[in-house]
Amino acid sequence: MADILTVEHLKAYYLMNYFGITREVRAVDDITMSVRRNEVYGIAGESSSGKTSFIRVLAAAIRPPLRVVAGSARYEFDDRSIDVANAGPEAAEAIRWSHLSYIMQGSMSVLNPVRRIERTFEDFAARPLGLSGRALRQRFVEHLGRLKLPPEVLRAFPHELSGGMRQRVTIGLATIANPQFIIADEPTTALDVVVQKDVLSLIRNLQKEMGASVIFVTHDMAVHANMADRVGIIYAGRLVEEAPTRQLFTAPKHPYTAHLVASLPRIGDTTQRPALEGRPPNLADPPQGCRFHPRCPLAIEKCRQEVPPLATVAPDQRSACWRWDDVVPLPGSIPAARVPEPVR
Amino acid sequence: MFSIFRDLVRYNIEFAIGVVLVGSITLFSLLSFFSPVDPTMIYVAIPDRPPSFEHLFGTNSRGQDLFWQLTFAFRNTLYFGLTVAVLSRIISITVGLAAGYLGGWVDRVLMFFNDIFVAIPIFPILILFYFVMRSNLDMFTLALIMACFGWPFDARLIRSVALGLRNREFTRQAVFAGMSPLKIMREEHLPYVMPIIFSTAMANMIWSIGLEVTLAVLGFTNINIPTVGTALYWANSHSALVVGVWWWILIPVILIVLTFLGLFLLAISLNEYIDPRSRLRRMGV
Amino acid sequence: MSVPLLEVDRVSKEFAMGGLLSRQHIRAVDDVSFTLQADKAEIFTIIGESGSGKTTLARMILGLERPTSGDLRFRGELISRRMSRPERLAFMAAVQPVFQNPFEAFNPLKQVDRYLFATARRFLPSPDQAAVEAAADAALVKVGLSLVEVRGRFPHELSGGQLQRVAIARALIPNPPLLITDEPVSMVDASLRMSIVNLLKALRDDHGVSVIYITHDLATAYYISDRIVIMQKGKVVETGPARAVLDAPEHPYSRLLKASVLSAEDAGAGKLGPATDLMALSDRLLGATESRLEQRQDGRAVRTYSELPAA
Repeated sequence: MADILTVEHLKAYYLMNYFGITREVRAVDDITMSVRRNEVYGIAGESSSGKTSFIRVLAAAIRPPLRVVAGSARYEFDDRSIDVANAGPEAAEAIRWSHLSYIMQGSMSVLNPVRRIERTFEDFAARPLGLSGRALRQRFVEHLGRLKLPPEVLRAFPHELSGGMRQRVTIGLATIANPQFIIADEPTTALDVVVQKDVLSLIRNLQKEMGASVIFVTHDMAVHANMADRVGIIYAGRLVEEAPTRQLFTAPKHPYTAHLVASLPRIGDTTQRPALEGRPPNLADPPQGCRFHPRCPLAIEKCRQEVPPLATVAPDQRSACWRWDDVVPLPGSIPAARVPEPVR
Repeated sequence: MFSIFRDLVRYNIEFAIGVVLVGSITLFSLLSFFSPVDPTMIYVAIPDRPPSFEHLFGTNSRGQDLFWQLTFAFRNTLYFGLTVAVLSRIISITVGLAAGYLGGWVDRVLMFFNDIFVAIPIFPILILFYFVMRSNLDMFTLALIMACFGWPFDARLIRSVALGLRNREFTRQAVFAGMSPLKIMREEHLPYVMPIIFSTAMANMIWSIGLEVTLAVLGFTNINIPTVGTALYWANSHSALVVGVWWWILIPVILIVLTFLGLFLLAISLNEYIDPRSRLRRMGV
Repeated sequence: MSVPLLEVDRVSKEFAMGGLLSRQHIRAVDDVSFTLQADKAEIFTIIGESGSGKTTLARMILGLERPTSGDLRFRGELISRRMSRPERLAFMAAVQPVFQNPFEAFNPLKQVDRYLFATARRFLPSPDQAAVEAAADAALVKVGLSLVEVRGRFPHELSGGQLQRVAIARALIPNPPLLITDEPVSMVDASLRMSIVNLLKALRDDHGVSVIYITHDLATAYYISDRIVIMQKGKVVETGPARAVLDAPEHPYSRLLKASVLSAEDAGAGKLGPATDLMALSDRLLGATESRLEQRQDGRAVRTYSELPAA
């Protein structure tokens, strides 16, 4: 069966001209990847890595000065196929919430503070569901039940709910029309640790129930370790590694990934964690060749001059590194033997 | 400094037009220093002459060359507007920043006075001053009085910006860096308040000049001092339009409208340039 | 025993909310006590979620708020009172903060070095330009930067990690024996985070600076702390040596926190089942009216309840 999302050589830049100064920020610079059906694909990357811009293109939610410069991002839904990178606003509008939905980071930016929850639900869901009145309300209550929220939530205002409840409502909004593809952008970053685990398990359960695919974006590797089936690492606008979760954590094949994985502190372990030199590059003026080379402990002359392609280096694992073969897990990583086989 | 000016002129059309307009009027008013005629003397030229090569703007019914008369008029008017703007900015910045940052009883007292000045109707007060001072009411005194009324609205605006800045983390960091409240207000918060100051300064000039013109036309200022308002007063009292001396009314009005337009354009373009958000955007954040 | 560095003595803070007719009192901090010694530098961690009162407690220690009851003493002197400007400056020379958001900590319109220079000018005995610059450079070197790199830079030119390091350098200029850091790494990128955490460790080990580290992240707390305090809704529920408490927490809330921490150890296994029984138990215990902190043998203290409130 075809992959639900296929991204090919996508490039999206910020093109700005202000007071005679032209700037071209290469936020998404040639990304090729795909998301399979019924899979959770994690995207890891830091701030100013370009992951947010990438997500916006996938969500058909970009505005100038961010523009798609090249490439495509094609969704294969059950009843239609659409390339959001090149489609017009009407086509994008048609799939929003019914086929493709977006869970955002701050719940308060989605929920209108002066409208009751049920009004917001009506605004979002009435059209895609094609229901109204009592039938619509019945659906809401049913859906809230799956989220373990009482029906009284519908009559409440957003500020009357706790942070965790609000985030569940946001997830509810995104899932009520049974979309086939969900983009979750740091949905739990602002939440407490206890609530976070709860919300994450909710997202995971909903995904399994609906059979939808999810792109889950977060910089927190521990969340990816527990949520994602496959993980893609974005650095400076490019995809630098992609692998099934367990493989990524136990046998990374890119120095950046190796560092990210090793630097996670764990309870019960006090070995000194490695620190990475330098800082993420400026996307308006990225380094030549491999964009990670200024910070890379394995960098050689070739890395400065030629951009390594994203190549398959192991079963289902791709890495964009000339020296992928020399990448070993750093001190502080979890030894492969300790990680149990994934349960599906 | 110069490069900023050059950038603005090149890329911001409103700024360029504003500079041209205000610049021309200012140059025009500066010509008054080279005037061959004394503006206070009357019947020195043939009255009611339409514009010609000899008298560029014609002459008025009082026998004065309108061109040179207006150079003095605009000089006094611009000087007046600038004085009011500067004085009232000083008051509104001091009051606004102090009330916003220091809070507490300082805020309450200052806002109490602020609201009193908002409530007092300025027009009757100005007329009162005129009746008390008569011909002793020179431009500077009038400017002083107007400045005392021109600050309250802007002070509140500045206060609200200061209130927001007080809670930002860099203010707290400045406190722990040992900076005194005065230093914080002057160096950390003032730059954020500058856009408001510039745009309100222009608005203030338009307001004060407009008020002065109104008072003068009605005869409530010292009509012997040449200003735009008094020029219109004399034009009115000689029934210029009825008599057919249209240039006496039309030319000053056109010039003052161009002045206001220029000030307005400068205000909005400077505002956009100085605004921290747009400056940050320009720096590429 | 010398005078302790910091004594938090039965400190409580109550906020009143609501209008004249329906006032509600919220106890943001409820009877918290701990002491930091002056002779040995340590990293003392306060763990809590939102609403636990940890930030209010930090603000009281910094003198930004006054407690409703209880005392705060720094080097024996009462600090939980209105201080005059000279007293305040003397206090700031010894206790400095590092805040959560490195991007907000600096005025975006101004260069970052001016905070360093201002701090040096205020707190050094001889504020001539050369001494000021030397002090700024020395502090920056301690955090792994240098004045040459930072001079003339605006905040947007530096990364989150670098900004936070400059903020720490600024806090170090008066050579304070105590640093209060409120979630210093939560807004810093993952690849730069450990360098900041390692830096805090180095400050304790190499420079003898005590750090109060406030966070909700148990993993970094385990990594660097000496002692730990876990707070829930204003009350201390467990406290003691960090490793001992985090390896084997006793109070249900502490166990809940540990159970909720996501670990990369189960990479790919997708173990997300929330600890619902612990959640329910912690919630019930919140309603308890009578409880006290019981000392244990290994230096820990755990909040125990005389009776379990009804479900």
